[in-house]
Amino acid sequence: MERLDNRLGFFSAVPLGLILLLSFLAPLVVVALFSIMPQKVFSLANMPDFSAYSVFFAQGYYRSLLWALGMAFAASLVLFVLCWPLAYGMAKVFGRFSLVLTIAVVMSLFVSENIRLFGWVLTLMKGGLFEGYIRAWTGTGFESPLYNTGIIIFGLVYVYFPFMLFPLAQGISMVPDDTRQAAADLGATRWQILRHVDLPLAAPGIVVGTLLTFVLGAGALAESKILGGQAVIVIADDIETAFTFGQNWPLGSALSMILILIIGGLALFGVNRVDLDAIMGRKR
Amino acid sequence: MQPSRSTRIALLIYGIVTIVVLYLPLISVGFASISQARYLSFPIKRYSTKWYAEALQSDTVRDLLTTSLKVAVIVTVISVAAAFFGALAFARYHWKFRTLFQKLILLPIFFPQTVLGLALLMWFNAVGVIPTWKTAVVAHLVWIAPIATLIVAIRAYSFDPALEEAARDMGAGTLTILREITLPLLMPGLVSAGLFAFLLSWGNFPLSLFTTGADSTLPEWLYAKMVSGYSPLVPTLGVMSVVGSFLVIMVAFTVTWLVRAMRESRTAMD
Repeated sequence: MERLDNRLGFFSAVPLGLILLLSFLAPLVVVALFSIMPQKVFSLANMPDFSAYSVFFAQGYYRSLLWALGMAFAASLVLFVLCWPLAYGMAKVFGRFSLVLTIAVVMSLFVSENIRLFGWVLTLMKGGLFEGYIRAWTGTGFESPLYNTGIIIFGLVYVYFPFMLFPLAQGISMVPDDTRQAAADLGATRWQILRHVDLPLAAPGIVVGTLLTFVLGAGALAESKILGGQAVIVIADDIETAFTFGQNWPLGSALSMILILIIGGLALFGVNRVDLDAIMGRKR
Repeated sequence: MQPSRSTRIALLIYGIVTIVVLYLPLISVGFASISQARYLSFPIKRYSTKWYAEALQSDTVRDLLTTSLKVAVIVTVISVAAAFFGALAFARYHWKFRTLFQKLILLPIFFPQTVLGLALLMWFNAVGVIPTWKTAVVAHLVWIAPIATLIVAIRAYSFDPALEEAARDMGAGTLTILREITLPLLMPGLVSAGLFAFLLSWGNFPLSLFTTGADSTLPEWLYAKMVSGYSPLVPTLGVMSVVGSFLVIMVAFTVTWLVRAMRESRTAMD
């Protein structure tokens, strides 16, 4: 049986494995090779000189990396606080309403994120849905909150909301009710139950949710472009510019490599700490 | 330990507010799409459907819609096929490199999509492929096929391997088992994976951005217009894209419901 399982497993992995080998791993190798080429070349047939990496420090690209990481971190924190009560409700309180909420949140994912962000521009801009009606009713408007760091973090929170909510809800549903009951019977306060029962037992969901939102937020581009109006340049923006206007593939590749290493390291760290089979509902 | 009544009500209100905030921007887009003025400003003074008429007549819009549709359909078919086998390797069979395979599938999902698109652009350049909508299919697959696999895998985890073993003991070959036992059992997962694959591809722009070459998909065109300045067609096409997704969801639900109803009436007759 074991040998058969081995053979069947291998053969069923082939189609997807080939897709990822040819269109995920191979391009990554190309990026890595381009990143060590001399600047502004378009072919790999050059002597590598690693000059693109020195530019990262010399020309201040590390600043846009720090901005991206900082805003992603802030967004993950806000999301954790916002989603925890709701995830708790979905896992333990809502009953039928959980399904309604799940469907509503999943459906919103199917709308292109640029359309949803553009909708926020229309809602928040001067003469937009909020300001326009308030001015029409009260006579005084207000300055638009668009085009600054705060609104970019808001955009990240809005777009990546489902990626925190669902893992958290899954994590909280793994906390046995008996354990919470026992803690309460022994005289634990609500705060103590949260600290010593809920948070540790829901940890896999917390790890997955926080990592997902942080990693996706760090590489995000549309939020800062559409809502932020270039108030802050993030690393994904620099990468895009290097490839398009800059026509400097090695620089773009080097910046990509730095982002990939940070994100890939975090993702592997998280994936290694979580038992996938348990989270996804293994029966055996 | 049930929470108090007031906590339950507060949580419920919080949930409803969340749904409203999630969909609020779409309401703005909806209003903007039926405003007559070229430069949008709320409150809207005059409503008109002229931007829809203009969009429906435009050749550009037709090209955008066909390209998006072509890409989404092909991505769906390939993703579902790869996800069927991928999910078995992910969840069902206990083979040597299973955990490695699981990690390989998760990595692209974590990956920044714009960077992935650019990496593919360099890869296509290195192997001498000129980007068209076909290369965008490849780009979408890298991200969507793993997601489809995860969805089918959730279903594959919940099925009892004893069913397959019983069939094998009674002399069924691997292909017969796959066709007669595994495929029907995974069917609900495959349907939702197909739905996800289509909708995620239909709405995706970061992966298309650098990989479509001279062709353009609808979300990609919208993004270009949004970044470069306002066009009254942006909200209109945005609404059309959303309506497209919802039509697909409605069709999928109706078909699933019909199939189930037919099956029930057949078993009732037997």
